[in-house]
Amino acid sequence: MEIGLNHYLALSAILFSIGLVGVMRRKNLLLLFLATEILLNSVNIAFAAISHYYGDLTGQMFAFFVIAIAASEVAVGLGLLIVWHKRHGNIDLDTMSTMRG
Amino acid sequence: MELYLYIALFAPLVSSLFSALFTATPKKMFTGVVASGLIISALVSSIVLLVHILNGGGVVHVELMTWMETGDLYIPFGFVVDEVSVTMMMVVTLVSSVVHVYSVGYMDHDKGFNRFFSYLSAFVFSMMVLVMSDNFAGLFIGWEGVGLCSWLLIGFWYHKESATWAANEAFIMNRIADLGMLIGLFLIYWHTGTLQYTEAFAAMPSLNTEIVTWIGIFLFIGAMGKSAQFPLHTWLADAMEGPTPVSALIHAATMVTAGVYLVVRSSPLFDLIPHVGLFIASLGAFVALFAASMALVNRDMKRIIAYSTLSQLGYMFVAAGLGAYWVALFHLMAHAFFKALLFLGAGNVMHAMHDELDPFKMGGLKKPMKWTFIMMTLASVALAGIYPFAGFFSKDLILEVAFVEHHFILYTVLLFTAGLTAFYSFRLVALIFHGEERYKLFGVHPHEAYKFMLIGMSPLLLLAIIAGSFKMTYFEMVTALLPATEYHIHSHLTFWIMTIGTQLFVGLSILYAYKKYANSSITVPNGTSKMENSFVYKMLFNQYYIPYLYQEYFVKPYRELSTVFWEQVDMKIVDASVDGIAGIVYGTGEKTRAMQSGNLSTMLKWMVAGTVGLLSLAVVFGLAARYSGEIKTILSGLGV
Repeated sequence: MEIGLNHYLALSAILFSIGLVGVMRRKNLLLLFLATEILLNSVNIAFAAISHYYGDLTGQMFAFFVIAIAASEVAVGLGLLIVWHKRHGNIDLDTMSTMRG
Repeated sequence: MELYLYIALFAPLVSSLFSALFTATPKKMFTGVVASGLIISALVSSIVLLVHILNGGGVVHVELMTWMETGDLYIPFGFVVDEVSVTMMMVVTLVSSVVHVYSVGYMDHDKGFNRFFSYLSAFVFSMMVLVMSDNFAGLFIGWEGVGLCSWLLIGFWYHKESATWAANEAFIMNRIADLGMLIGLFLIYWHTGTLQYTEAFAAMPSLNTEIVTWIGIFLFIGAMGKSAQFPLHTWLADAMEGPTPVSALIHAATMVTAGVYLVVRSSPLFDLIPHVGLFIASLGAFVALFAASMALVNRDMKRIIAYSTLSQLGYMFVAAGLGAYWVALFHLMAHAFFKALLFLGAGNVMHAMHDELDPFKMGGLKKPMKWTFIMMTLASVALAGIYPFAGFFSKDLILEVAFVEHHFILYTVLLFTAGLTAFYSFRLVALIFHGEERYKLFGVHPHEAYKFMLIGMSPLLLLAIIAGSFKMTYFEMVTALLPATEYHIHSHLTFWIMTIGTQLFVGLSILYAYKKYANSSITVPNGTSKMENSFVYKMLFNQYYIPYLYQEYFVKPYRELSTVFWEQVDMKIVDASVDGIAGIVYGTGEKTRAMQSGNLSTMLKWMVAGTVGLLSLAVVFGLAARYSGEIKTILSGLGV
């Protein structure tokens, strides 16, 4: 069986769903970042596949941008995470409710 | 001449605005002085204009600026000084000058001194607009302006419940009548296409008589309200709650005569509809008698004079209704002088008696108040119409008009009323100034008013005495504009019998009043005497129960209707729907605030839900756009 565009897109969709469930279910901030990475990379897969399918490099370029931004986002996020952990001793999402109205 | 016109018109406005600057500050004597000075400058300008008109200088007409101009409608701020309006200007500025000077003394101890002058001058300005305007729209502005100032001034002592009530009553009654007037103006514009006096009156004769009749009726309804004719008369007596100078200026000399002025000004219109004129005359005669009868028994000094004003307005309407416009205007002028004098005299008495209004509690005031006594007696003589005072020339003329026009019923009513007028005027004078000094029982020490107040009143006294001698000059002037009908009784014998007869009748009424009320046996009535318990006395004393009937049959049902509307419509429909909308917003807020728990995990879930929702919407719209053709076919198949 030849691997075609639809397979990549299906993989992308599956990964995206996994990431989405992770975002919703995880209570650990670190694992939340991982779920976000899965979301971003599922989109990257779709970009790359469609780009290849149309023979247009724009999609792959865009995937690189996403990787770059994801890297910087994780860098900032991890920094904040470490500071939070130093202050409060945990990284549990349910305890982060200082914005409660 | 235009300069004088502008001074006469705008000096009162400047005076009002100037005094208005100091309304929030304690009494300042200079506001009174400046206001009086400016009003006197308006008086001087009016005199210059009068001399100009008398010397045949012609009508002064200016167009200040365009007020409204849309399509065929063109209404300028135009002002005209002609023979009729200059008469009114003289009356207004003269009486208001006197009243301003008088008020400086009268309002001496009042906290609202500055405010009073502001209102009073604003009234004079409105009145000048009313009489000087060259079109109906300007007249209406002045008409409403005097109504507003009247409301402000009747309710001047607004801390008194009765004063605010009287002010509102006057205003509401006038609003009812003003609706009639407004309809009249609409009809005029609709059928003639203009509101300028000259053009509108020129177009009237070519109109259908029925339309002209309706215009006349509606304009007269407006006049009825302002001039307090039956059945809209109750406000005038209640308006006496205001300060006395206000009663003298507004409710005797000027504003209440605006209705007569309107009829006189519209003489070309009313000439076309003599049947409406006859109705006006009949109503006038009825009001003359009706008001005079109420004045006979009243025990409130100012109300007696107010009823007398009402009665004299009736006389004016008789003359105007019968087509004797110049006679009406002449009586208006003469009446303004002696009635204002009478009111100002009453103001002196009130001051001396510490605001006591019941003449039965006075008596014998001629000694401490010699000058007021002389002025009020002479004013009453003029009002009664004794030769050679002003009232004789103007009031007897109205009687002659009724006689010459063969309206003998009107004549008889007016003659009888003349007797009543003499009686109640001198009943008042006798009770106040003659007889025992009953005021001593109440521990009052009366004193004469300030000298400058008495001097300020003297021009009115002079005019009340000599105004009659201007009759022919006045006749020649004013008939340039009004129909010049002279009313002469052809037979000399009839004329002399009538004149002397009237004089004797009036004289006897005066003597009877003196005999009955000037003796020493008068005491303060306590409701036990036979007369006080008679039916007629009770009916007259309660003003024919008309205020009571209005209260029972108009005010109370209206109040109940309002309560129903308030409770059923306002509370249950209007308020309920507004509150309902607010309730929905509050309710959804209350329900959805759980979403903002501050928990990041929950928020993320909501974010995902939102994304999914938006995505599904995008998909639905995308599909709809793609298959729009098919959807339309299906929908049309369903008959939509």
